[in-house]
Amino acid sequence: MSVKEDLYETTVGLEIHVELATRSKMFCGCSVSFAGEANSRTCPVCLGMPGTLPVPNERAIEYTMKIGLALNCDIAERSLFHRKNYFYPDMPKNYQISQYDLPLCERGHVDIAGDFGETRVGITRVHLEEDTGKSVHMGGTGRIADSDYSLEDFNRAGTPLVEIVSEPDIRSAEEARVFVAELRSLLESLGVSDVRMEEGSLRVDANVSVRRSGEKEFGAKVEVKNMNSIRSVGRALEYEEKRQREALDAGETLVQETRHFDEKTGTTSSLRTKEFAFDYRYFPEPDLVPLAPSTEWVQRVRESLPELPAVRRVRLASEYGLGAADISVLTGSTKTADWFEAAAAAYGGDAKKVVNWIIADLFGLLNEAQMELHETRFTPAQLAGLISMIDEGKISGKQAKLVLADMFESGDDPEKVAADKGLEQVSDAGAIETAVDEVIAENADAADKVRAGQMNTIGFLVGQVMKKTKGQANPGMVNELLRKKLSS
Amino acid sequence: MDLLWASATELAGALGAGEVSSREVTEALIERAEAVDPKIKAYLQRTDERALADADAADERRSRGEMRSAYDGVPLAYKDIFVTRGITTTCGSKILENFVPPYDATVVERCDAAGLPMLGKLNMDEFAMGSSTENSAFGPTRNPWDLDTVPGGSSGGSVALVAAGAAPWAWGTDTGGSIRQPAALCGLVGVKPTYGLVSRYGMIAFASSLDQAGPITRSVKDAAALLNMAAGGDDMDSTCLKEPVPDYLVGIDRGIDGMRIGVVKEFQGEGSQPGVRARVDEALTRLEKLGATLEEVSMPSFEHGISAYYLIAPAEASSNLARYDGVRYGHRSAADDIVQMTSRTRDEGFGAEVKRRIMLGTYALSAGYYEAYYGKAQKVRTLITRDFEKAYSNVDLIVSPTSPTTAFKIGERTDDPLAMYLSDVYTVPVNLAGNAAVSVPCGLSDDGLPVGLQIIAKSLDEKTMFRAAYAFEQDLGLDERPNI
Repeated sequence: MSVKEDLYETTVGLEIHVELATRSKMFCGCSVSFAGEANSRTCPVCLGMPGTLPVPNERAIEYTMKIGLALNCDIAERSLFHRKNYFYPDMPKNYQISQYDLPLCERGHVDIAGDFGETRVGITRVHLEEDTGKSVHMGGTGRIADSDYSLEDFNRAGTPLVEIVSEPDIRSAEEARVFVAELRSLLESLGVSDVRMEEGSLRVDANVSVRRSGEKEFGAKVEVKNMNSIRSVGRALEYEEKRQREALDAGETLVQETRHFDEKTGTTSSLRTKEFAFDYRYFPEPDLVPLAPSTEWVQRVRESLPELPAVRRVRLASEYGLGAADISVLTGSTKTADWFEAAAAAYGGDAKKVVNWIIADLFGLLNEAQMELHETRFTPAQLAGLISMIDEGKISGKQAKLVLADMFESGDDPEKVAADKGLEQVSDAGAIETAVDEVIAENADAADKVRAGQMNTIGFLVGQVMKKTKGQANPGMVNELLRKKLSS
Repeated sequence: MDLLWASATELAGALGAGEVSSREVTEALIERAEAVDPKIKAYLQRTDERALADADAADERRSRGEMRSAYDGVPLAYKDIFVTRGITTTCGSKILENFVPPYDATVVERCDAAGLPMLGKLNMDEFAMGSSTENSAFGPTRNPWDLDTVPGGSSGGSVALVAAGAAPWAWGTDTGGSIRQPAALCGLVGVKPTYGLVSRYGMIAFASSLDQAGPITRSVKDAAALLNMAAGGDDMDSTCLKEPVPDYLVGIDRGIDGMRIGVVKEFQGEGSQPGVRARVDEALTRLEKLGATLEEVSMPSFEHGISAYYLIAPAEASSNLARYDGVRYGHRSAADDIVQMTSRTRDEGFGAEVKRRIMLGTYALSAGYYEAYYGKAQKVRTLITRDFEKAYSNVDLIVSPTSPTTAFKIGERTDDPLAMYLSDVYTVPVNLAGNAAVSVPCGLSDDGLPVGLQIIAKSLDEKTMFRAAYAFEQDLGLDERPNI
């Protein structure tokens, strides 16, 4: 925001689509999965064949209520499915069963902390709909305009999709990024979705507008699409914010349009302007009855909610005495936090040590391997075991790092790795004493100097003992033993 | 026994007594179709081989005493709106000319489970849009009573076949009168059950909130028996009612002594052909004679029924028929790009009436018009439902003519859609309110063509409806057959 930021205000509202990780599709029994040959996960219902009818997936309704409740929404006593009519070859019925004026969840909020400090972002609605299939355009650049022909894969068609719409309460690219990150970890903690932005199970569209500070009317609304990671949300909106501010500075008029974010260049480009607005001819879906979850059902879902990230953050601070930075890293994903807590529990000592090993050492290995913490080959208990070995003096901190790298590859126990590598410290007093005696005998001159009070020479003797034991002797013990033997 | 004109119940009795085999019945009906179908053109497709194989299997079961139902082996035909696994299902449209469904409609599945051999698929107005079967992409069906007249529609093939003695019964569907009006025009019993009583799964949708499958038969008992087989909850249809279904044959002969029957004030006098009026008036007298008391009921909302229907049904149809785009199945026109492919496919695949209704419905749902058209029509629908509820606080049943006229000449109304739409004036309010109704024959008009009496029941009160229809049918004792 280099451009006269105080002159302008940015307004962002987000629309987030979440593919639910239910076993079966929204309105038929086909399984939800990305795997499998094209069109192998289809049936007459999700192919929109004549005479077929939708039957709602109860689990998907329950997941949607979970999301609504976690976002502090009201659950509607009576909600309707509508048909959204438009022609597109990847949409089997040429209408999408969605929700319109009576969504399942409304009026919620999420608290976030971004570059404007702690703030509350309103949630307008959370509704349930079905996903489309996938068009693959063959030839040309892979976009429909210059392709030779298109193929349709309906495996995804009918996957339950939740749409979350925020109020335009977000005031910067950073707040948008934090909001999406918070939402992602919230959804992950609920266990309702894979929340993988790269794979499209979490899709974010943003409506961005900029106006002069103090103006009542919002600026022209620009919809930004194709942001495939949380980082891209920040980059795309930062670019868009800057573009709009610069345009206003130059006296240009912004138009309502849809823009496409290019990951490579970090810029947005116009896809279509407002004249292409569709008339979806929404009307209540006559093949479905109104959705009226009983209060008992809503209560059951409410009681089934897990600990949400915001609550967990507070607990991690009080229970383990962790700082905000560590907590933020650990709660980026529920699975990361789960892994940490499992390791901390197995270790039983100062949790701070566990955090340090995870963040300072393990994350480096994970980044290189492009893996998540929970995907680590060894278990939280094995990490705890490694830290205990240091505590017990069995290996040095430096050796532990080597052991960790090996465990990361093999998934083996730290004890085994240390033994295999011959890294285990020799703390056996007898073995060390033999080596010390030999070194004293072999280095009579140096020994005499130490006896004469030249204590700086002791380092040389320690080094000789370490050499003799191939570095496995506990240096502290060697030092102590040499002093004892040469002091009399 | 006359295998062609016996009722399904009589055939079931003869099969049970070992007097006849399913194969003999089926062969007789195939032979009859061979003789009369070239004149009436009821069939879109005969499935002779399937029918005979089904019949042999039924005979085989019977010989082992393992009948699937009391009607095991009594053949049946379906309006071509019901999808049949492995058997082309066109819905009377060119756009589905080569569509071979990989699944059976629930109705078909249940009749199959009851052991009813499938004779074939019957002609209809394209996507059930019409009242004469002239809108079929495969040519009109003719009325066996007078080959120059229409059989009514849209279930024209179903009524023509049953009226011509080439099947004891058939399935039809009724969105605004498509079972009752043709049944009336062909002198048959036609039932539009309560919305949600019979699963719509596999019944190609015209207007989802109005469509309902129902039996077309030559006797009231047959209609009750066929409904028994198919009615009741279906996991594949969320709008299908889950309540337990009673046996419609039990108590069907209890008579109507003491029943209160409403006569719709707004449906009297003008509007009906004199011959129709006369037969219906006689019917009212007969009902009184049987012990019912007649009461006039006022249904002021009915005059808006047709207008509301012709907004709601096309609106739903415009969406239901959007799936016919040439991408996944059915007709596909050659084209340079996807937009051209979709529009050409639909232009070539759909007939004029279907296009008219898609446009009407698209318009009614458009932004800025929705409230004035679709929204308002839904309000009329609520008013009609309330008028029914009010009337049923005083009466058990309501009666009216089924159709304002007897069968009209082929071509007579094809250029005048509005005149065609008015064929449904007495039947449409029932679909809008969702309750049950039956058309029963009440004699012939002066022109020698059949007239139907519509008996309208409360939602899910099919039992009372069948009782009255049966009492009336038995007392009237009609013994007229078309001369074909």
